[in-house]
Amino acid sequence: MEAAVKELESQEYFINMGPQHPSTHGVLRLVLSLDGEIIRNVQPHIGYIHRSIEKMCEFDSYQQVIHLTDRMDYLSCNILNEAVCLAVELGLQVAVPERVKVIRTIIDELQRLSSHQLWWGVMGMDLGAITTFLYGFRDRELITDIFEETCGARLTMNYNIPGGLMFDIHPNFQKRTSDFVEYFKKKLPEYDQLLSNNVIFLERMRGIGKLSKEDAISFGATGPSGRASGFSCDVRKHHPYSGYGQVKFKEILRTEGDCLARYRCRIDEMWESLSIIEQLIDNIPAGEHKTPTKVVIKLPKGEFYQKVETARGEFGVYIISEGQKSPYRLKFRSPGFSNLSALNLMAQGCKIADLVAIMSTLDFVIPDIDR
Amino acid sequence: MDNEGIKEFILSRVPEAEIVSGPQFLHATIPSEKIHSFLSDLKSSPSTSFDYLFCQTGVDWPQHMEVVYHLKSTTLSHLLVVKAKINTRENPTVDTVCDLWKTAEFHEREIFDLYGIVFNNHPDLRRLLLTDDWVGYPMRKDYSDPINMIAY
Repeated sequence: MEAAVKELESQEYFINMGPQHPSTHGVLRLVLSLDGEIIRNVQPHIGYIHRSIEKMCEFDSYQQVIHLTDRMDYLSCNILNEAVCLAVELGLQVAVPERVKVIRTIIDELQRLSSHQLWWGVMGMDLGAITTFLYGFRDRELITDIFEETCGARLTMNYNIPGGLMFDIHPNFQKRTSDFVEYFKKKLPEYDQLLSNNVIFLERMRGIGKLSKEDAISFGATGPSGRASGFSCDVRKHHPYSGYGQVKFKEILRTEGDCLARYRCRIDEMWESLSIIEQLIDNIPAGEHKTPTKVVIKLPKGEFYQKVETARGEFGVYIISEGQKSPYRLKFRSPGFSNLSALNLMAQGCKIADLVAIMSTLDFVIPDIDR
Repeated sequence: MDNEGIKEFILSRVPEAEIVSGPQFLHATIPSEKIHSFLSDLKSSPSTSFDYLFCQTGVDWPQHMEVVYHLKSTTLSHLLVVKAKINTRENPTVDTVCDLWKTAEFHEREIFDLYGIVFNNHPDLRRLLLTDDWVGYPMRKDYSDPINMIAY
């Protein structure tokens, strides 16, 4: 009898999740240390698509740096382009026309909506609901069409230049955007009907992957992932840039810090984005779409830091300039990198299926982490 | 607290600190030996309470190396940039701040990976982005790779 009991004793073992795993949405490898099905430890191994963007920037002009940012968080590319432009404009002391500020803000919010739609679609799919993927991509298509008409690209937009925008908006832009807002206001409640009140979904979300407010601050978990834990970290509110100073919107804060809170945060943020676009779309000021800058941009000697709010959280550009045409040092503070560091704490004590749910609600874009 | 108050606070702890008021932030350069006790004071003291480390990075200068800490207080909403000056480029070391801000664990692994700065007392100091058998520290200015790097 004693021997039989001994045989049943459990033992810790390790498995690899990734680098090619559908729920990691990219090439991320997690080494899980398991006790039965309970996760004891998660060790992320990153760098599979590290392209040394920061080193490349040290040899590039500032216009070239903007192109590279597209390739990091490709779902928030306009926001990242804007961050570099704002940092360069800060260094050059260039005032940007009001028209540019408003257009940038509208496109940022469209971008945030399209990122959240994609997140919602693939998150449902991770949890076994294929329909969400079709819903999300159906609506996201309309936004990428607007982007295509505006600047010719659907994903890596590269629409911003230091001093303004590459070209003015298309004559159809305002009408198509207003039509989209009207359309999506009717579709967003469908998202809730499909998932938000689904019992199976709620059971897989509620109380899973908790992150306290103190830990969120300590890990630097920002964006909806931090705000779901009650950490007020919305850069648009705390350090307004572009047109965010002139619009009214709520910073969505929740206190539970679990997967469901992160989910609800993003859904509520979509409503706020729609409201921001509505406030601005009919009030785009007339004027130039750029302030001319020199072709060869040399920032004065010094340091410039610009933070912006991407769909995933706080993104920072830190430029150290020695007065040359390339930065001496350029650091990108990416939100995914800090959010990933909190994964181990959130996943401990959960099951493997819960880890998939946690990863979906953290909304990783792997190139953003690896840079 | 305003910048003058923070300046006084820094000078009372580290008299040899070099303080520069930039257009955006206050910059304080501290000798690397004192960095841990100084940052721990900045975090725990109620008048400063810098509880949010939003960016940490390394910089390679011709004569020395630096670790840059961007700090914010979520309760008092003030900002500060602290730089730990390491006076050597050969085997640079500095104390870890993992015990103060958990986000530092990943950031310091990245700095170690790309700059070769060793963080004393770090719980798990391994390469993060590059493979374990990589030779050299690519973000250093004297790193050369004639095949993959186009320098012009």
